[in-house]
Amino acid sequence: MSKSVWLGGCAAAALMFCAPAIVTAQDDAADRELVINGEIEIVTEADAPAHLENMSTIRSGWTFRSPETQTMQMDDFDNPGTLGVEAAREAFSADLGNGESCAGCHESPEELAGVRAVYPKWDADAGAVQTIEMQINECITERAGAEAWGYDSGEMIDMSALMSFVSRGEAVNVAIDGPAAETWEKGKEIYYTRYGQLELSCANCHEDNYDNMIRADHLSQGQINGFPTYRLKNAKLNSVQGRFKGCVRDTRAETFSPGSPEFVALELYVASRGNGLSVEGPAVRN
Amino acid sequence: MAENVKPRVRVPSSASAGEVVTIKTLISHQMESGQRKDSEGNTIPRSIINRFVAEFNGETVVDVKMEPAISTNPYFEFQAKIPESGTMSFTWYDDDGSVYEDSQEITVG
Repeated sequence: MSKSVWLGGCAAAALMFCAPAIVTAQDDAADRELVINGEIEIVTEADAPAHLENMSTIRSGWTFRSPETQTMQMDDFDNPGTLGVEAAREAFSADLGNGESCAGCHESPEELAGVRAVYPKWDADAGAVQTIEMQINECITERAGAEAWGYDSGEMIDMSALMSFVSRGEAVNVAIDGPAAETWEKGKEIYYTRYGQLELSCANCHEDNYDNMIRADHLSQGQINGFPTYRLKNAKLNSVQGRFKGCVRDTRAETFSPGSPEFVALELYVASRGNGLSVEGPAVRN
Repeated sequence: MAENVKPRVRVPSSASAGEVVTIKTLISHQMESGQRKDSEGNTIPRSIINRFVAEFNGETVVDVKMEPAISTNPYFEFQAKIPESGTMSFTWYDDDGSVYEDSQEITVG
């Protein structure tokens, strides 16, 4: 008698232990935690940085996606973005066209761990804020003396993905004060300016309406800590500024170009809105 | 001729007899559907992986026929019961006649 009671108790306890975990995984994508390969812990939710006036919590785009898409990013084998990373690893030690290579200065990509987290940043020599793509091209042209890559070319996006890959888990921490302040203010102005026939600013969707649906799509906060992202809709890695261009185009405006001073300023500002989240590129998004 | 085609597989290196293991495979391939046109309006010829086969010690585990609607970098995940030590071999067949192969040992014990 007492034995069967004990068994019943055990079964009930097991159910209680099990059931909530299953419900969480399937029903509430926002409450899952992102751990890549079972070892790299990613901060997907954090207190908003002090400069953000209208939001108290910042959330990675990962928290807005379906459980299936989220899962793809939890294992590098399942994440198609790592194909770009592999290609960039080969390019890292390949000839840049004049006998030089990235590996000539940097022993391995891993030596550059953490670099991604602080870009875009002020470059004193250039006298301007530089994105990681601009820094890569500065290395290629000035240090290696080779021909520059296209700002939004496939090889550049792959290399940018590799820079994110080796920095995954590091907290985004771009500087917005000092010499970068002017560019940051310009980026902030662009963020809050309405563009196009639809008269939409970045903030209209990503600040006022995140978590709401825009037709069939679930609006995120527009954080860029996961870039470059592998998008399921076009089955390739997409750059931050390529995404900006798509967003501005969707407002039915003439867009700025990737690599333009306007988008560099906007990238600095948007990156600073994610200070405190982890670098998680190459992320998987829809 | 498809470029940058590279198969990748993930198979556990060991299993207990009769264990059901999960196997993941991915081959990087552009999977050109044959429906698209280039900037001059010419049809871009179809170029896809049209068949995927996995065998364990010569016995077929899965044999998949693939069609042009399958997206780039085809990924397969499936489970297989492993009765004994052996080799899991994978073969992908390309429209252009290329055959890509990979294999992995599984030790039971």
